[in-house]
Amino acid sequence: MVEPLGTLSELRAELDDGGATSRGLVERALERAGEVGERLGVFRHLRGEAALAEADAADARRAAGETRGPLDGIPVVVKDNFSQQGEPTGCASKILEGYVSPYDAGAVEGLGRAGAIIVGRTNMDEFAMGSSNENSAYGPVRNPWDGERVPGGSSGGSAVAVAAGIVPVAFGSDTGGSIRQPASHCGVVGMKPTYGRVSRYGLVAFASSLDAHSAADAAVALAAVAGHDPRDSTSLPEPVPDYAAGLDGDVSGLTIGLPREYFVEEGVDPDVLARVREGVEVLQAAGAKVREVTLPHTEYAIAAYYLIATAEASSNLARFDGVRYGHRAEGATQLRELYERSRSEGFGAEVKRRILLGTYVLSSGYYDAYYKKALQVRTLLRRDFEAAFRECDVLATPTTPAPAFKLGENTRDPLRMYMADVYTVAAPIAGIPGISVPCGFAHGLPVGLQLLGPPLGEGTLLRAADAYQRETQHHEARPPEGGA
Amino acid sequence: MSRISREEVARIAQLARLSLSEDEADAMAADLDTILGYVQKLQALDTEGVEPTAHVLPMATPFRADEPRPSLPPEAALRNAPESQGSAFVVPPVMDGEDEG
Repeated sequence: MVEPLGTLSELRAELDDGGATSRGLVERALERAGEVGERLGVFRHLRGEAALAEADAADARRAAGETRGPLDGIPVVVKDNFSQQGEPTGCASKILEGYVSPYDAGAVEGLGRAGAIIVGRTNMDEFAMGSSNENSAYGPVRNPWDGERVPGGSSGGSAVAVAAGIVPVAFGSDTGGSIRQPASHCGVVGMKPTYGRVSRYGLVAFASSLDAHSAADAAVALAAVAGHDPRDSTSLPEPVPDYAAGLDGDVSGLTIGLPREYFVEEGVDPDVLARVREGVEVLQAAGAKVREVTLPHTEYAIAAYYLIATAEASSNLARFDGVRYGHRAEGATQLRELYERSRSEGFGAEVKRRILLGTYVLSSGYYDAYYKKALQVRTLLRRDFEAAFRECDVLATPTTPAPAFKLGENTRDPLRMYMADVYTVAAPIAGIPGISVPCGFAHGLPVGLQLLGPPLGEGTLLRAADAYQRETQHHEARPPEGGA
Repeated sequence: MSRISREEVARIAQLARLSLSEDEADAMAADLDTILGYVQKLQALDTEGVEPTAHVLPMATPFRADEPRPSLPPEAALRNAPESQGSAFVVPPVMDGEDEG
């Protein structure tokens, strides 16, 4: 069994001092993907020869003194909803079986410019709809800390790829918590940038995010994919700061807000709350000020989020109709029948559930009561955060109400599954960035400390998370060899 | 009293171009009823006069110059087509006597 790969900083140092080659790292990543990755259901597709050829090119650049930067020659993975030219882009859905993307996503172009080597595409909840990775049409991903438990979702494969030492950095997408929640469950750093900070061009429907072992590594990874992309109308034009240069370990001027509504005992594992409180104390001891703040509309966030997200999904997924790409039902004699049968055969149960709910709340007679109401509540939630960020620089909360649950535990109760997102859904509603940082264990399973910042506050979040990791070793814990 | 009947689920499914088996429709009706019951809690909030937030960040629609640029060539666009002919996607007849549209 090949050894787990180290962190991005470690691998960079190995490349720079000649102790490793990019080809060697990519071979190790592919081998580990074939062993551990296979056992844990991490991948949808591996790029063998193509990745090795890119690694050789990176080695040649390094030999010529033309290394492109900290990610050059480093193996990484992307979630199965990132378009990459010539590669299958399946969103872990039967409806996209056989589809090969004719172009690169903006984030994939950014990785190419940085010289990162994409070695594979990770398993996920179908169309990123889920909180456990059990909604993949190709089987679940398993948690490397306990193979009977979920890794979280929807970017479960990406979090496990980092946690299990297959690659040092993984890219996924996070809307309701799809990176932060699995990062928390798997004991890695997971960052969701501000909506619009990273291009959504070529990403199937959702917003790009990433996993790494440390905030310092996440800062490097974010810089590679962040920036304006005119092909995404929601992309932000603001220049990208040098995130890595801002990591000075200094939190003395930082005020951390603890939202009262996120620290109620009800519905939260007490051990999780204890770990999060300890994490806040570490930052306080390092010089940060801590104060209580209030986000009074918190209890309405899940309801508003799922109404908005399902409405958007029902509209976004209309394009999958069996005409231009993807699955087409056989033998349809009329166009409408082709649509209905292709979609019904191609989509899984959770995707159908969300399309139906979204269609319902947008339909005549229900629009005002559900969809418009949810958008109004979104305004109230956004104002809550605006008011809180006038009193503090970052908010600290648990990432999830409990550690990873067991496979099958929530699959029969969709609403209970949605509740797993209770602490992560507010960020997309308010359009703000968030990061989950390992802060210890509860019942032998990793726990995440979530930090939320104001729009474009990625630099502050990374600085606070990095300062925390300078004082703690939780991010150095690794799952049992090869994963359970 | 349930908030959404199986018949209503079937109607919504038609709008969404999904065909559900009877068992699926029953299961979906039960799930949607639970979820719609939960989201009723929003009705307790007074949102009179509150502007809806459709997009989180205050951005104007960006404009660009209307200039020709390279785009995906037809053969690349058709490569994933289940059925194509020349530079077109092939589909079965649109109309078949009746369509409730």
